[in-house]
Amino acid sequence: MEKSDYLNLYHQMVVIRRLEERAAELYQQGKIGGFLHLYIGQEAVSTGLISARRAEDRVITAYRDHGVAINCGLSAKEIVAELLGKATGCSQGMGGSMHMADVKKNYWGGHAIVGAHLPIAAGLALGDLYQNQKAVTLCMFGDGATNIGYFHEALNLSKVWNLPILWVCENNQYGMGTSVERASAVSEIRQKADGFGMKNYQVDGMDVLKVREVAEKLFKEIRAGSGPQFLEVDTYRFRGHSMGDPERYRSTDEVHRWQENDPIGIFHKKLVEMKVAGDAELNHQADLAEQEIAEAVAFAEASPEPSVDVVFSNVYVEN
Amino acid sequence: MARITMREAISQALWEEMERDPKVFIMGEEVGLWGGTYAVTKGFYDHFGADRVRDTPIAEAAIIGGAIGAALTGLRPVAELMTINFAFSAFDHIVNQAAKMHMMFGGQMVLPLVIRAVGGGGRQLGATHSQTPDAIFAHFPGLKVVAPGTPADAKGLLKAAIRSQDPILFIEHATLYQTRGEVPEGDYIVPIGKSTVARPGKDVTIVTYSKMLEISLKAAETLAKEGIEAEIVDLRSLRPLDMDPVIESFKKTNRAVVVEEGWKSFGVGSEIAARIYEEAFDYVDAPVKRVAQTEVPLPYNHILEQMMLPKVEDVISAVKEVL
Ligand SMILES: Cc1ncc(C[n+]2csc(CCOP(=O)(O)OP(=O)(O)O)c2C)c(N)n1
Ligand SMILES: [Mg+2]
Repeated sequence: MEKSDYLNLYHQMVVIRRLEERAAELYQQGKIGGFLHLYIGQEAVSTGLISARRAEDRVITAYRDHGVAINCGLSAKEIVAELLGKATGCSQGMGGSMHMADVKKNYWGGHAIVGAHLPIAAGLALGDLYQNQKAVTLCMFGDGATNIGYFHEALNLSKVWNLPILWVCENNQYGMGTSVERASAVSEIRQKADGFGMKNYQVDGMDVLKVREVAEKLFKEIRAGSGPQFLEVDTYRFRGHSMGDPERYRSTDEVHRWQENDPIGIFHKKLVEMKVAGDAELNHQADLAEQEIAEAVAFAEASPEPSVDVVFSNVYVEN
Repeated sequence: MARITMREAISQALWEEMERDPKVFIMGEEVGLWGGTYAVTKGFYDHFGADRVRDTPIAEAAIIGGAIGAALTGLRPVAELMTINFAFSAFDHIVNQAAKMHMMFGGQMVLPLVIRAVGGGGRQLGATHSQTPDAIFAHFPGLKVVAPGTPADAKGLLKAAIRSQDPILFIEHATLYQTRGEVPEGDYIVPIGKSTVARPGKDVTIVTYSKMLEISLKAAETLAKEGIEAEIVDLRSLRPLDMDPVIESFKKTNRAVVVEEGWKSFGVGSEIAARIYEEAFDYVDAPVKRVAQTEVPLPYNHILEQMMLPKVEDVISAVKEVL
């Protein structure tokens, strides 16, 4: 990795952090509606994973999707615009926070029904296999999603058909207010992949370089025809499940303990220790992120509302 | 009588039924420790304990399937679907299992099961989370579908549902939880499958239910100022569907508008209009009008979403068209 690669990863993580902090403010001001699920605390997961993908690899995730969008190369402008429901948003203001996508960047969304995108991911991988494309589908989902039938059907199918897919469970310890132990028969979620005879791994999701390293290995193997593999990433969401979560299910102590492992703080320290960059240089990245998000908010606020025609013209392809 | 919110009324019905009958229990996502996503079961977990207020994994098919099995053993589960949009993940168990079992096994199997689910649009949740698919469920014989529009009906109908021997889908509307109304204290039961006149009038019949009752009542107020007296019939249950108050009203007004939040095609309005033509054709002075959601998946954008949902003005202009 070159110095610019490291700085690029760092930049993406601070952009996500700042984006999410601003999104929370915009929500409080009533400018964002609906549900808003923040990625704060989990930035290293998608940043590490997606840094290991090639342009032809597809990415699909759940509704906690703004960070993933940044990593896939969507601009902060079109993301904030989508949050504000504007015509310039990545889904033209039709989808909102939970339904962002940019298929040109191989980012296939942003899916709000828990687990529903897993069988779809299997289908994306099938499309590539069928057409002899050497592409891998990266499918991300939460710990809670591993308890719904869709998960089991999709994993089984992917193994039976040897689909080129990397299943990644972002274990942030809770599905809404229900801890993994209270909802899942096994709390080491990777064990579920054993049931499908699928190779599985676990990695510290607070360390972006560790995530990247294992992702690189898995993308490579899957691209070479290994079939589906499974990765459990241990992480934590620092904020509530969505805005307005009373957070009665966890202690502030627990939250603080995890916050001491802030993925951005860890990476910052590591880059300084590795002598890749100094504090000033890294703080400059944070300033750039601040500026990028400020511009994105200004752009989104100045953007027009979508025309009603967009609603009608997109119900079907053939009208 | 106390003036309480719809949320409190539903909560009260659940609480009282759980106190009355130890066979009644709750299962669903975030119903316990969290206190219910919409705070309906706040305080239940501490009072009734984890055995009777059961937090489930995210597994809608297992929630409804499990509740069916428990009901077959004589328990009275109240299974909660966090929103009705997730009922599609349990669709087989609702319409193909719960709705069939009593008849298909020759009456041997009895399922005293209540499924609570909240629906409705208008909160910028996007297309997957904003639906009002009530009519789909009302299509299936064997399932009863109840959808109250007032706090009193919510309490009385939920108590009736919990005491019923049949599987019942109890549909709440997310934007009604804060609505206040007089609710009788204690054992107050509203029979399932009985429509009611929510507002008397003589010029036109408005047939509606759930959230659209509120919209229709507002429209009727405005119309009254112009000298038009609308009679509003609140269906309260979609199946069984009680047409008597509708037909009685129609025979007086000879004009009807049906107001529903879901999509128009194959909807509640289509059913009501057909029944009016079948049962009161000689009394028809104007085609029955349907007010419903524009036939698109709901957009996230606030302005466009509101544009797609039925509004007070839509009801007013529909009434004027049939007059
Ligand atoms: C089928 C379905 N059931 C319930 C919900 C409501 N819901 C949204 S997110 C969520 C928790 C998901 O937890 P997890 O998969 O761990 O993801 P996280 O939010 O932690 O990222 C629930 C229950 C839903 N969207 N879809
Ligand atoms: Mg989780």
